[in-house]
Order: sequence, then C-alpha cells, then structure tokens
Amino acid sequence: MKRREFIELSAQSIGGLLIYSLTGVPRVLSAAEGTVKVPLRFFTEHEAKVVVAACERIFPADESGPGATQAGVVVYIDRQLAGPYGTDKNRYLQPPFVESVAEHGYQGKENPQQIYRAGIPTLGADFLALASAQQDERLKAIEKTYFFQLLRQHTIEGMFCDPMHGGNADLIGWQMLGYPGPQMSYRGQIDQYNGVAYRPTPQSLEQILGYKVKPWEDEGKG
Amino acid sequence: MKGVKTLAPVDVVIVGSGWGGMIMAKEIATRTPLSVLVLERGGPYRGPAAYGEEMDEVDTFIRMRHAYNAADGTFTTRASYKDRAVPIRQWKDFPPLGTGMGGASDHWGATSPRLLPESFRIASHLKELHGAAKLPPNITIQDFGITWEEIEPYYVRAEEMMGTSGKAGNLNGKKIDGGNIFEGPRSKEFPNPPHPMPYAPLLFAKAAKELGYHPFPMPSSTPSQTYTSPDGISRPGCMYCGHCSLFGCMVGAKASPNFTLLPILEKRKNVTIRTHAHVRRVVHQGGKATGVIYVDGAGKEFMQPAGAVVLAAWVFNNARLLMLSKIGEQYDPVSGKGTLGKNPTYAVNVGLDFFLDKPLNNFMGSGGLAMAIGDFSGDLGDEGAAEGAFRGGIIFAYQQGSPPVISAFGKIPNGEAPQNWGAQWKKAALKWNDRCGTFLSTENHFAYRQNYLDLDPTYTDKWGDPLLRVTMDWTDAERKQAAFISKKEVEIAKAMGAIAITPRLAPSAKSGPPLQVHNHSHGGAIMGVSPDNSVVNPYLQHWQMPNLWVVGGSCLPQGDEHSTLTIAALAYRAADAFVDRYSKRPGALA
Repeated sequence: MKRREFIELSAQSIGGLLIYSLTGVPRVLSAAEGTVKVPLRFFTEHEAKVVVAACERIFPADESGPGATQAGVVVYIDRQLAGPYGTDKNRYLQPPFVESVAEHGYQGKENPQQIYRAGIPTLGADFLALASAQQDERLKAIEKTYFFQLLRQHTIEGMFCDPMHGGNADLIGWQMLGYPGPQMSYRGQIDQYNGVAYRPTPQSLEQILGYKVKPWEDEGKG
Repeated sequence: MKGVKTLAPVDVVIVGSGWGGMIMAKEIATRTPLSVLVLERGGPYRGPAAYGEEMDEVDTFIRMRHAYNAADGTFTTRASYKDRAVPIRQWKDFPPLGTGMGGASDHWGATSPRLLPESFRIASHLKELHGAAKLPPNITIQDFGITWEEIEPYYVRAEEMMGTSGKAGNLNGKKIDGGNIFEGPRSKEFPNPPHPMPYAPLLFAKAAKELGYHPFPMPSSTPSQTYTSPDGISRPGCMYCGHCSLFGCMVGAKASPNFTLLPILEKRKNVTIRTHAHVRRVVHQGGKATGVIYVDGAGKEFMQPAGAVVLAAWVFNNARLLMLSKIGEQYDPVSGKGTLGKNPTYAVNVGLDFFLDKPLNNFMGSGGLAMAIGDFSGDLGDEGAAEGAFRGGIIFAYQQGSPPVISAFGKIPNGEAPQNWGAQWKKAALKWNDRCGTFLSTENHFAYRQNYLDLDPTYTDKWGDPLLRVTMDWTDAERKQAAFISKKEVEIAKAMGAIAITPRLAPSAKSGPPLQVHNHSHGGAIMGVSPDNSVVNPYLQHWQMPNLWVVGGSCLPQGDEHSTLTIAALAYRAADAFVDRYSKRPGALA
C-alpha cells in the first residue's frame, strides 16, 4: 500500500476549511491548530508543495484579493486527479493515438495523473527554493505545454468551485467575485438591478440544499 | 451476434428518448392501441431534486455529467476526405449529445425560434432570388418537401406542449411591433408572455432600435409563468437560477420530454420504457424492418422484434445506425451518388464579447433569455450578396447565467494583460468579471457536396462497432457570411456604449476546420421529395422501408437557426402521419 502523504498548510491561510479525510469523514480545521496536515490522495508531499507554489504564481494573493494557496487549490487538484477525471474515465482511449491539429483537442495517451507526474519535474528540482520572479520564468518556459494549460485551468477551477470539491475554501473565491453560489431563484431580481450589482451572501450547494452532496471524485468513497 | 435472446414482440419500438422519440411515443401510445417500447441507452429519469443536487459547475458543466461518456464511443472528424480522421477523445466546450432519459433535450437552453417560411424550400428560393450561378460552388442544399402552411400548425403544437414564451411579430400576416416582424405568419400568439429581461439584453434592444432594427424577446421554451399544456401538464415559471444549458431544470420549468411527455407515458399500459438499452442494429428482411438488437447495462444482447421501428437517436447517430444496419446507399462525395450520410451541417455561430462599465449580474439568467433582432436572419439582400453572404441568422444578446462562474472567468479586453495568468491578468479578470456580456447568432450553414458522414475504418466503440466519421470543413461562403454578420454585431455593441469588444469570428480566416462535433448539428438522414436525393420522405418515413421511421435533427437538409422547435414540429407531423394513415394502412405514404 502507498505510504500516506500529507501536505502541510497554514491553517490561518485556509481558515475554516472543511477537510474530508480519505474515508470521507469531515473535520473542520480552525486557525488555532496553527498548521494542518491535509491527507493527499494522489500527490506526494513534494509534488503538492510544487503545485501550491506554481498555482500561487498563476493566481497570486495580492492587493486585489486572495490567491490559490488560501483557496486550497492544491486540495482541489489532488482530489480531481485521484478521481475518475485523473484516470480518464470519460475520455476515449482507443489507439492509434496520432498527432493532429489543435482543433481536434488533446490527442495524447497520457491521462491527467501521468501529465502532472511528468510535468511537475519540468519546473525544476529547485522550484520551491526560487524567488517569485524566477518561478514565473520557469512557468513561462512551459507555458505552451498541455501540462501548463491543465494547471492553469485547474487553478481557476479550484479558486471558484463549490467547496465540496476541496477548493474555494470558506467560499473565499466566490466572496472575491461577489458570486452568490447556486441559489435556487432570482425570479424577484432578474429585471430589478439594471446596471447595479446584486450581491447576496454566497452560499455553498450544501448550505442551500441543507444537506451534503457527494461530488463525482468521491463516488464510491465512504 | 449469436446467442442473442429474442424478446416478446411489440408493435412499435422507438430508439431514443429525446424530443423526436418521446413525441412519437406519446402520440402513438395515446391515440392508438399499439404497444410502444422506448429504448434509451442512458439511465432513468431521477426527478428534479437530483437536478438541484447537480447545480455544480465542476461536475455538471465542466466534466459534463449529462453527456454521453466519450470513453464508450465518440466520433472521428476530418476536414477533407483526403485527410486522416482523428477521434474526438474528450468533449470540448459543449457536448453534442446527452445520455439518460430525455437525451440532450433534457439539458438544452430552450432557445426556440421557428425557421423562416422560405427555409423549407431554400434551394428553390435561392435559385429564384440569385440564379444558381451566383450561389457558392458545390452546395447541395435541398427543399424539405413541405410548405410553411403544412408545418405551421405543428409549430403551434410544439410551442403549446413546451410552453414557449415570446411575443408574436406576425399574427396571421399582421405585423406586430415588439415581436419579430420578420418571422413567418403564425396562427396563434405564444402560449406564454416574454420573460422579464435583465440589463444587458435591454441595452442591446435599445441600441438596436436606435439603429433602426427591430428588437424582440427571443422565444424560449422555459415558461415565464406557471403553465398548463393542452396535455394537462403543469409546470412552474422559470426561476432564472442561471444553471440552464447543460443542466437539468431543478424546478421542472424548462421544457424537457421528462417534464412534458414522460408523465403521460408512465400512465399508459401500452408503453414500456427500457433504460440502459444501447441499440446496435436495426434488423431487416425483404425490405422490412423486423426489430432491433440492443445490449443492456450488463452487456447482454437481445433481439427485440417489432412491427415498426422509429429511430430517434442523436442527430448523427441515426445515420450511423442506418449505416451499421446496412439500410440505404452510402453517399459518395466523389460520384455524388447515394443518400445516406449526405448533407451534414452545423450552424455558423458568430458572436462577440462586449465590456461595459456597469455590473450585469451575469449569474442570473436562463438558457433562452435574450433580446434579438431578425433584421439579418434569412436573406441578406443585395448588400449581403455583394459581399458573398446570402443568408444570416437571428442576432441576440443573451444572459444564460451559465457557465455560472469558473468557465466564464478570465474574459478581459484585448491587451489588458501580457499573458493569461499572474497578477496583472488576475486583476483585470476580477475587474471585468461581471462586466462582460455576449452576443451570438446561430445561422444558416449550407450543405456541400464534399461534406458527409460514413463509418470510420479504424476506430470502434465499446462494442466493437465502427465510429461515425464526420468529414466537414468551412468554405469561403461561411467566412464571408460570418464577416458580414460580425460587422453588424460590432455596430450594435458600439451603439450600446461598449468600452471594448472582442468579436468571436468562427469561422474566420484564422479558425481551423470544425473538428469538434457541434451540438447544433443536422443531417445525415435527410428528408426530401425524392428517394434519389433523400433518405426519408416528408413524413420522415424511410423511402425504402415503410415500417422504418427516422425522426430528429438527422432529417434537416441543411443548417439553420436553433432547430429544436423545428425538430419537434416535424416529429409531430410524422406522428400524425403514423397515427392517422400508417397505423390504419401500413405502407409507403409518399
């Protein structure tokens, strides 16, 4: 059996993030705990740290708002990769695999797990030790790769997904956007806010439904 | 296919549970004593509560939970018959086909304009207007074989079943301001009034009017208020929750066969619905269909004998099933012979993103919520013809609400950030996040001699059957048409006071071939007036096999506006022909 790996995150940065253990048991982490160890489903600890650093450069925390680390983007990506998406359960995999034009979409044999495992080392063994500007240069160098495209896409997903997927901790991404979450009705508002922002307090799917829903990546778990 | 268990025969077996299949099932089962079996390859309908639980962008919109699993089977595509076809390994942008009860009809946006009267005789119309010599080379557009007067009552039936919301612009020939004055004469007002409109569509309408155009609310088959159909089915009005296209409707408002037709079928003793039943072949003997072979969820194969077979699979899959079953003559682009696989089309989609200095509350909305103009739908007149653009489409500014948040993030005016990641990009993306709206037009797409469907020689589905191969490319005619419409869109966006505009020119000189199968696809088993140039007759009955009916988008001879309402109207017309004539005296109706 694979050795259990963890990523240590600052509990302050991830606020009241709900952490689901591998068996699906939820646990609320509080800032008082200092740092928290989030159990990893796919990444090794080192891989997770590199992904945290890279995602933070793609979507940095700055004066315009929180960034990828605070939202728990790495937790989102780790769970997606460990789920059906990571092993291409919904991609056509019959050979021959042939190179084609961009309009045909990704034609490679490798699944997202393999793309990350091979892609992370291309940022360099010393990536974590580099200054931000140098990290940006490394990312710039791989900007055209499919790995980078995935990393960028997954960073945005992890920033703004429903928190049941592990990202958007404390609805931090939705608060930044003023996105209210999956509200059930805007019947009273649809034609009432002409050019004026309507910004109800964001709510997660679980808060709106009043019960927990299992995301795709957790199906078959606990 | 040895060792196949033969089941008890039924009178009618229907393959697919989208609009085409369910309209046929409901009409036949409620108006005749015939036994009807609907086979759906996906899972059962689970009720609106399940759709509430699926209001999640990652699983439902990005991972496309309602799409058929591409791992089980997909399409191969190429631009020319000289190229090697490559499979679409993963759905991109918009999945072409659904899975489960209702098919793609369960998670559409419900945009529901009618086609124009001349669309049904487009080949004759354009030849009369311009002369054949002026039209683009190699077009194979065809008349439908029915007239506006014949289809109009069926449009009314489709609208009343779906509860379409809108405002008539031409009631029995009388033009009405505020509706689409360019539409064909309709015999009845819409069953529901237009939706309340948010800011961006209203701005579009105001600007369009100032430019001398004729804005109207886009017809939408999500009722604007509580509605009871002539079948006695009640549905609530739209909640504008913004989880619409690609989502099932969690209040049961948006028209779906699961809401408007399934409750009727479930009460009928002469109807059986079997899910997880993937049809592989139509079985036939001596010019007559004898049933279908399907495989169930456990991989077990069955022969289902039937007196009549209705194919109502997703657009191109109707053609594929006919090819796999060796029914009809495969079209050959070189000789121009054969009819099966002929005239596949998409729609020419031309849109733009506009940026305003005010928030739009983009997260509210509904799939068909839009203000539109019909001034550039249909014929583009001398001005268009001079630029090589003959037919256009309705231009509209919509507020769908979906994609809810992730997939809409990151739209910024050109030049505001050096790259699409990092601090500068993040700042710009946050600034413009709720200040960017969208126009779109869904337009005419001519059929061409060189575009066609056949079976792929290399790739197969999960059961070992060849995938369908789509050979299609844009031509100069589509590029000229797109350029013409785009110019008009930019004019309106400027008049709206847009700070910046990003036209999305597809197809443009730079865009590649249409290698992703489009959700607005048509053709492959087209209808027409003669067995020499079509697969089914104007009643959607197979020319060579009178007890085989092929309904759905496969019958449309060329690409046009949003076609769902037309597909439903044609299915109603086929159902009437089946019930009133065929069921009494089986045989060829044309």
